[in-house]
Amino acid sequence: MSDVLVYVLHYEGAFNKNSLGAVSEGVARAAEVGGACDAVVVGGTDLSDELCRTLGRYGARRVFRAEGPEGLAQPVVDVMDRVIAEHGHRYAIFGGGLLGFEIGAGLAARRQAGVTMEVTAVRADGDELVAERPILGDSKISVSHYRGGLGIIIGRINAFEVRESGSADAEVVDVAVEYSPWSRQAEMVSRGEQRGADVDIEGADVLVAGGRGLGKAEGFELAEALAAAFGGNSAVAATRAVVDAGWYPYAAQIGQTGKTVSPKLYLAAGISGAIQHKVGMQSSENIVAINKDANAPIFEFSDLGIVGDLNKILPKLTEAIRARKAG
Amino acid sequence: MKICVLVKEVPDAAVEKRINASTGRMDRSGEKNLNPYDTHAIEAAMQLREGGLVQVDEIVAVTMGPESAVRALHKAVSLGADRSVHLSDETLAGSDVAATGYALAKALERESPDLVLLGQQSDDGECYTIGAVVADHLRMPSLTQVVKLDVDGDALRLERQAEYGYDTVRVRLPAVISVGDAINEPRYPSLKAIMGAKKKPLETVDAGAVGIDPALVGADGSRVQCGEFKDPPAKAAGQIIEDENTDETVEKIVAWLEERKLI
Ligand SMILES: Cc1cc2nc3c(=O)[nH]c(=O)nc-3n(C[C@H](O)[C@H](O)[C@H](O)COP(=O)(O)OP(=O)(O)OC[C@H]3O[C@@H](n4cnc5c(N)ncnc54)[C@H](O)[C@@H]3O)c2cc1C
Repeated sequence: MSDVLVYVLHYEGAFNKNSLGAVSEGVARAAEVGGACDAVVVGGTDLSDELCRTLGRYGARRVFRAEGPEGLAQPVVDVMDRVIAEHGHRYAIFGGGLLGFEIGAGLAARRQAGVTMEVTAVRADGDELVAERPILGDSKISVSHYRGGLGIIIGRINAFEVRESGSADAEVVDVAVEYSPWSRQAEMVSRGEQRGADVDIEGADVLVAGGRGLGKAEGFELAEALAAAFGGNSAVAATRAVVDAGWYPYAAQIGQTGKTVSPKLYLAAGISGAIQHKVGMQSSENIVAINKDANAPIFEFSDLGIVGDLNKILPKLTEAIRARKAG
Repeated sequence: MKICVLVKEVPDAAVEKRINASTGRMDRSGEKNLNPYDTHAIEAAMQLREGGLVQVDEIVAVTMGPESAVRALHKAVSLGADRSVHLSDETLAGSDVAATGYALAKALERESPDLVLLGQQSDDGECYTIGAVVADHLRMPSLTQVVKLDVDGDALRLERQAEYGYDTVRVRLPAVISVGDAINEPRYPSLKAIMGAKKKPLETVDAGAVGIDPALVGADGSRVQCGEFKDPPAKAAGQIIEDENTDETVEKIVAWLEERKLI
């Protein structure tokens, strides 16, 4: 028997899409190795019976529900440790994001398990599951085999598709957990603060994305002017580096802990193309990048790459597009 | 307060990274450097010391790695650490993330730090989970990707970006915190600090000295085996324009966009 356990993250009464993808994946893969997939949720009263049962739609058999703090990894490690000790799951799967990485790593330590992160595919190999992970800037794929009682698989965001394969309600099982002392040393003061204006980048057809290469907050004026020149349904997006620096609003961030976008045109200015950014924009229809470093990783996945100084190129490009539109 | 900073030696950014076909491991030869993300952790420790809200008695740089990793420790000391500990042992080679975290935790246990700091990720292995592994072995709370760190009584008030926006978390010490690169601007070491780095105490310890169970480390002790490597599906290479004459470059971009009906 090879059962799979999936942690399902929720926020304000709704489940995280990447977690639902992980459940869908867990259900499909567990079936291939003769097991079933259960889910774990940890939180407060918004985890109603009704909400938890809906995980059955994605094929989850049982939902282990524990009352506990939200948004912190170690309490979830405590709960999953407990559930696995009792029910003997052989694999734990997490959707992408941030918390899943922390929980998966903590659980690996707690249960002496193997862990693979940034997984883009899981498949059955005999009666085992193996995980595929791109490495070296996505230029190679490494295949993980697990030894020992538990294998931990942490997906890359958007790696697992959400599939509604079930029809029955999932069974909700309450678990009482005594949290470990070190879990109780951390306390959430405030969660999910939105910094900066509430801008919409998900609906845009054209996204001009700016990174640290813009030099300073004011550098975003170049990106805004270009987006305005495209007109219509265009917007400006950003990397985490510049959002963390306070140059641009969080709502405009693309990537692992930001938005996933797929505009007709994504144009990057001064963005290196880190994996955590790429995962949020790689399904854009056309990718253009301007970067002064010919070795920047972003050129590996651009359709058109311009090696040059954005300070020289952006103003002239804006002019040219404006002229084209006017003419 | 005693702070331990975990540091790592990584191939220089300019070195092309690849897999060694005969061992199946990352080829870590070539020019090496201190993982650039770790400099932010050292800087965070220095700012705690200089901030004056807590008394920082000692900052200790800790690494695990082959002999050459000593250079990463020298760099860490030149950036402000008082001394360093080098965990080095043949039996540790080939350890996966979980085994590495366990080994580092054993080395740290011996130091009994009040705070363990590390960088948000390593520049080579693209891993940002080691802090969470270390923390659970040490039975300490942990938070990763922290971009603001303030002293709050016997605790730290930390901010970081997670799935739904920015979270603020209060963590009582001892704790393991990984810091993001937005947390600070690391200083450059002075010439004097660089010259003096080799004179600061550096202790080399092997696995036995810190009580590591050999069955839990190295390739054999690791629970993940990455044997096979394959190529991802080939993607057509994009077109590249070197900007020599910006007017011409812009014309080419506009033509490219028009061809695809994007203007
Ligand atoms: C757990 C985790 C989650 C993360 N989540 C996200 C996320 O959601 N989104 C995200 O974006 N990142 C995320 N990151 C961060 C990510 O790893 C990168 O650090 C970040 O994307 C880098 O942003 P950047 O490209 O703006 O900056 P940099 O990497 O510093 O790149 C700046 C680029 O600008 C170029 N440049 C500089 N000056 C010029 C000029 N004058 N003209 C042209 N080019 C110039 C440089 O050559 C360089 O390539 C995450 C990281 C971790 C560990």
